[in-house]
Amino acid sequence: MNLLVPLVVLLPLIGAAAALLTGRRPRLQRAVTVATLSAVLAIGVVLVVVVDASGPLVMDVGGWPAPFGIVLVVDRLAALMVSVSAAVLLAVLVFAIGQGLADNDAETPVSIYHPSYLVLAAGVMNAFVAGDLFNLYVGFEILLVASYVLLTLGGTEARIRAGTTYVVVSLLSSLLFLAAIALIYGATGTVNIAQISERVADLPPELQTLLHAFLLIAFGIKAAVFPLSFWLPDSYPTAPAPVTAVFAGLLTKVGIYAIIRTETILFPTPELNETLLVIALLTLVVGILGAIAQADIKRMLSFTLVSHIGYMVLGVGLGTAAGVAAAVFYTMHHIVVQTTLFLAAGLVERVGGTTSVSRLGGLLSASPLVGALFLIPALNLGGIPPFSGFIGKLGLLEAAAEVGTPLALVLLAAAVAVSLLTLYPLARTWNLAFWRPQQEVQEYTSALTAELQDNPYGDTTVATRSLSRLMVGATIGMVTLSVALTVLAGPLYALAERAGSDLQGTSRYISSVLGDRP
Amino acid sequence: MTASLALVAVMAVLYACGVYLLLEKSMTRVILGFLLLGNATNLLLLIVSGPAGSAPIVDGKESEPYSDPVPQALILTAIVITFAVSAFLMALVYRSWRLAHQDEVQLDAEDVAVGTRETQPTEAPDRGEPDTPPSNDQEEAGDPVPADEGSAR
Repeated sequence: MNLLVPLVVLLPLIGAAAALLTGRRPRLQRAVTVATLSAVLAIGVVLVVVVDASGPLVMDVGGWPAPFGIVLVVDRLAALMVSVSAAVLLAVLVFAIGQGLADNDAETPVSIYHPSYLVLAAGVMNAFVAGDLFNLYVGFEILLVASYVLLTLGGTEARIRAGTTYVVVSLLSSLLFLAAIALIYGATGTVNIAQISERVADLPPELQTLLHAFLLIAFGIKAAVFPLSFWLPDSYPTAPAPVTAVFAGLLTKVGIYAIIRTETILFPTPELNETLLVIALLTLVVGILGAIAQADIKRMLSFTLVSHIGYMVLGVGLGTAAGVAAAVFYTMHHIVVQTTLFLAAGLVERVGGTTSVSRLGGLLSASPLVGALFLIPALNLGGIPPFSGFIGKLGLLEAAAEVGTPLALVLLAAAVAVSLLTLYPLARTWNLAFWRPQQEVQEYTSALTAELQDNPYGDTTVATRSLSRLMVGATIGMVTLSVALTVLAGPLYALAERAGSDLQGTSRYISSVLGDRP
Repeated sequence: MTASLALVAVMAVLYACGVYLLLEKSMTRVILGFLLLGNATNLLLLIVSGPAGSAPIVDGKESEPYSDPVPQALILTAIVITFAVSAFLMALVYRSWRLAHQDEVQLDAEDVAVGTRETQPTEAPDRGEPDTPPSNDQEEAGDPVPADEGSAR
């Protein structure tokens, strides 16, 4: 079973090489990519079942025993992340293939797209299964380099401009992370996460706080928490729809995953928890205020993405098993629902020719299907009761109420307010783009649109194009997945709670990596 | 742990110059800043590996102290990554120069927009009159632009 662990990284890398070689035969290339990601998804599901039944799987790469060699570790959290990510990657890939087939345009050179996409998948998976900090850094670098390529795909002026900011900010966070690794190595003499966890308690408290804060800043840039989130709404919306969808769903969550690891295994001491809660509060509020001002659906969604990162940081910052469990469940929910919304925005762009709500109208009569595909994840993101967003938020609120400190209660109130405020831009999008008749768009005046900030780089109006079946199918698949998260919320939430309690008691992780060895 | 003061000083200078260059508007200097920062971080890794001068790690010779091989492996990996990323960054900057014919980071249009609209929400309803023309202008300006572009091509 241990052999399955490296496969989640190796398969996408081999697939990427194969996809590069088959670049001139698009059909074969598409088959290779889809087959690879399907295999990774299957392995991910098997990993969830096996790990949940029999404890973490550990693989010593190259046969070197744990503290010396590189280890790959899959515990419940990693297994969950691997399978949800693989599902999302596969769905977005199908969407992208559908778009490529329908358009056949030079703007998205598909021969480069597929290898980069698989390398991105390999990086994401490597970050999830990494058992030492340096391997986590390498995972981050793999996914970031692939994301640079995907974000600047086609090399148009807007993408180069947005890409430059994104690349420089990401490089800075990588350098901070590397410097943090160097300092941690200097202090503890190891980069193995389990061993750092054992040794870090012996360090002077000030040094612990310094190293802890260093890591959090590096991960905070990647996760886009408030003061470090400025780059995200600027860069994500310029990429092609499927690329934005997968970035929004996965990349920030890899940062959240790293923060969860930092808070639970590396530095379980609570001295920075209050700081995290304040950051969560600011992220929640500032993000959603940004979303309210935006007319462009993609930009609005990017700001809600930033805002909802605050929910996950809130769960981690509470520092209890219930908080971490809720954060894990919310992360899974958010990966799925945010990706779905961006895919739906891609469909809206094809039907309406733009993503600016000040010029969209009559979409519900034009395409009721797209309306449904937008409405369900929108209600889910806003936390309307039956959906998984409600369940995740309820878990977070309960965890905050259990902690009961004044700050936690302030966050509880903020979380509820932000949940309601999230509904506002989404409902406004619904009213303007879907319910407003097309003929009213020209002379429409309303308090709803008076203060809206249009995309400062000019609206890109594209020709309306027909929806391809694959694109709609992929989006339906994602909506089904988000509904499945709701239907299966009972067992999934229980699984997330077990993952949360795993992380609270670090001894199991440490003993499975280091223990029971000669 | 002992460390060479010269190495620490060089690292500090590299970090300082790197941060300074990274804050410049010219993209070429940003690349140079990134390279300096990368090298400074590699030096940091080298410094934490302990004093220089020990023998390299050899099998079977446990008696004398040997230098720690892990940071060296980390540095090598980091160098390769920095190399690949800076190649990409240079391509990006070159592309940016080809498209826009400037090496400088462009102004953040959103920041400019926020900065220039400060008085609009409070004053516009009072005056009443200038409220509608700007929005009309924008509406009208929005339409001819694509037409112009079309004729230019």
